[in-house]
Amino acid sequence: MNLKSKSSPQRHRDTEKSEKQSKAFRAFFQESQGWLPLYLRVSVVKIFCLSLSLLLLTIPAHAALNVFACEPEWAALTQELAGDKATLYTATGALQDPHRIEARPSLIARARRANLVVCTGAELEVAWLPVVLRESGNNTVLPGSDGYFEAAQFVTMLEVPTRLDRGEGDVHALGNPHIQTDPRNFLPVAEALGKRLAQLDPGHAAHYRQRLAAFKQQWRAAIAKWEAQAAPLKGVAVVLQHKGLPYLSHWLGLNEVVALEPKPGMEPSAAHLAQVLNTLQKQPARMVLRAAYQNERPSEWIAQRAHIAAVVLPYTVGGSDKAKDLYGLFDDTIARLLAGLQ
Amino acid sequence: MIKRIATCTALAVSLSHSTLVGAAATGSAENAFNPAFSLILSGTYASLLQDPALRPTGFAMNPNPGHEQGFTLGESEMGISANIDPQFRGVATLALDPAGGVSVENAFVQTTALGDGFNLKFGRFFSGLGYLNEVHAHAWDFVDQPLVYAALWENQLGEDGVQFKWLAPTETFVELGAEVGKGRGFPGSDRAKNGSGAGVVFAHIGGDIGIEQSWRAGASLHRTRAVDRESADVPDLSGNPVTNLFSGDSHTAGLDFVWKYAPDGNIRERYLKVQGEYFRRKESGNLTYDTAGANISDTFSVTQNGFYLQSVYQFVPRWRIGARYDRLDPGVAQVGAGNAGNVISDYAFTPTRTTLMLDYSPSEFSRLRVQLANDQSRQGLADTQFFVQYIMSLGAHGAHGY
Repeated sequence: MNLKSKSSPQRHRDTEKSEKQSKAFRAFFQESQGWLPLYLRVSVVKIFCLSLSLLLLTIPAHAALNVFACEPEWAALTQELAGDKATLYTATGALQDPHRIEARPSLIARARRANLVVCTGAELEVAWLPVVLRESGNNTVLPGSDGYFEAAQFVTMLEVPTRLDRGEGDVHALGNPHIQTDPRNFLPVAEALGKRLAQLDPGHAAHYRQRLAAFKQQWRAAIAKWEAQAAPLKGVAVVLQHKGLPYLSHWLGLNEVVALEPKPGMEPSAAHLAQVLNTLQKQPARMVLRAAYQNERPSEWIAQRAHIAAVVLPYTVGGSDKAKDLYGLFDDTIARLLAGLQ
Repeated sequence: MIKRIATCTALAVSLSHSTLVGAAATGSAENAFNPAFSLILSGTYASLLQDPALRPTGFAMNPNPGHEQGFTLGESEMGISANIDPQFRGVATLALDPAGGVSVENAFVQTTALGDGFNLKFGRFFSGLGYLNEVHAHAWDFVDQPLVYAALWENQLGEDGVQFKWLAPTETFVELGAEVGKGRGFPGSDRAKNGSGAGVVFAHIGGDIGIEQSWRAGASLHRTRAVDRESADVPDLSGNPVTNLFSGDSHTAGLDFVWKYAPDGNIRERYLKVQGEYFRRKESGNLTYDTAGANISDTFSVTQNGFYLQSVYQFVPRWRIGARYDRLDPGVAQVGAGNAGNVISDYAFTPTRTTLMLDYSPSEFSRLRVQLANDQSRQGLADTQFFVQYIMSLGAHGAHGY
């Protein structure tokens, strides 16, 4: 493959670069002998040489773009648009609460080598991404630079709060960030992401353009299919565990009656669940929805007492066995919602 | 030295300038408030059986941050941070002392534009040594710091100086760092002279094991020099409290590790965190015994060490329990002949403490905690310590480190 032929010059460049760094680093320590005793200097040099050899061993032997995706759906979209031209790393899993991720060393190390960071934005990653990007020392992926891509900037945000007050729970100033539950949102995001990939890797611009066009066509057809399948869901009353599905509800015309979390991000309390049960007697719902990463107990509790179906949605790629890619994600989401009607 | 760093910085900034498009972000929360402003409110109720001013046996020449009895307002911590320009970011943390007055906990500038894994920080900052040293009080898992941090670092080593870090471009997290600073806090002593008073080097490695486990391990070395470091109320061989002065070199080596586990990697539901740190400090120089009386100077050297091991388990969302074991070893001092009859060289006692903690966090912004400790750090003066604490944060809530 032509990937191989590209490999050696890139590798050579990287090696040269790291050697330059090593020289600067060594100079830094050697010329500051005054304050470090000899044994410290020796160990510093040792540690440094060790890490340098590690570095040389792990430099990738291909020229693909290194993409750091904050969430699995953006890794999947990048995969669709870049094919084998991108090496993907997904920072979070479908079973992790995307609001509650730690700035782990592994994430910092991966961000260090990224050419492009693809995230939801809209404050979803506010608890960890700023630290990861800062600590990574990678100035090409900082917010505002070409290597930083926020999907939420390209879609119309829902639930933008009119009142910013933590008394309202974990609200996001820029609107609800869970934009990946409406497949229509992927079209403008794909358009922008495709362009960004071409901009960062101009040598393969034609490749990205072609894949973008193919994706858009296929995706539009898929949306039409899903919308036809989901027709019976229009106007169906649902209970939410977390207010994380406005885009799905908006797309399919689901009627959100009530949420199990008293305020976004707060644990459902027994008292609040009793209240929800009360509401449901007046305004019956057909099913209670939760994302794969959410605790099953509140949903199950309500489902049993209100005699409605508890439906687990994959929520993102990898959230269920069938949600292997973006198409599988929505195939499975629709199938599960339809099953909940029965 | 400083000049060299400045040159390095200027060079790196100019090199990286071409790839950087202004760091003024579009739509990140921090920039919505410019600068980001936060305030931590905290307070404790403490019930102790012994006088908190008593220091662990064998550590009479070390600091004792201790505790306060009864209802106490903690330090209100005010944080302000923002990008200064595309090259720099500024952070200030001011501690409002309940007795009045403001102290500068952190006030530093860090580079954002160096790239290639380089990070430079200058101003006043918590040193990058160990694991807990950089963690702010509101993010501690217990009411107080481990004994080894209290006795060897006066809770946390703050430095006025420059920190330089480099992250290797590897899949495994490998970070190397070096600091030079004034060495104003213990174990150093404030000085008025050119050059640096303290140096630190540290290395951290870390990674994930699958999606459920993550870890970080580190090693650090610290070196400083104390000049006429005064310690009051130090017991001597006759049992009298005297004031001593120490001047000499202080070398500390430390090892730290932390391991975290969460089913499916989902820390919202359940997680387990295990961490431990070990520090060993050798000090050698001259000790002046009883400055108010005998005033005899002679050689003195001692190697102290200590460690802690702790674990915190979030068993259901919002609720965590924790346990910690602390141990110190005062070592056996080599006391010069002139002071052999005055200065205690061997305390023959090992201070320990066992602590249990339970906390509840109604939201990410509030935490309520109770803590119970069996303190055996002072010979013959066992203490049972009980604490109730609240920690609340309002305003912009910055991201936390690992």
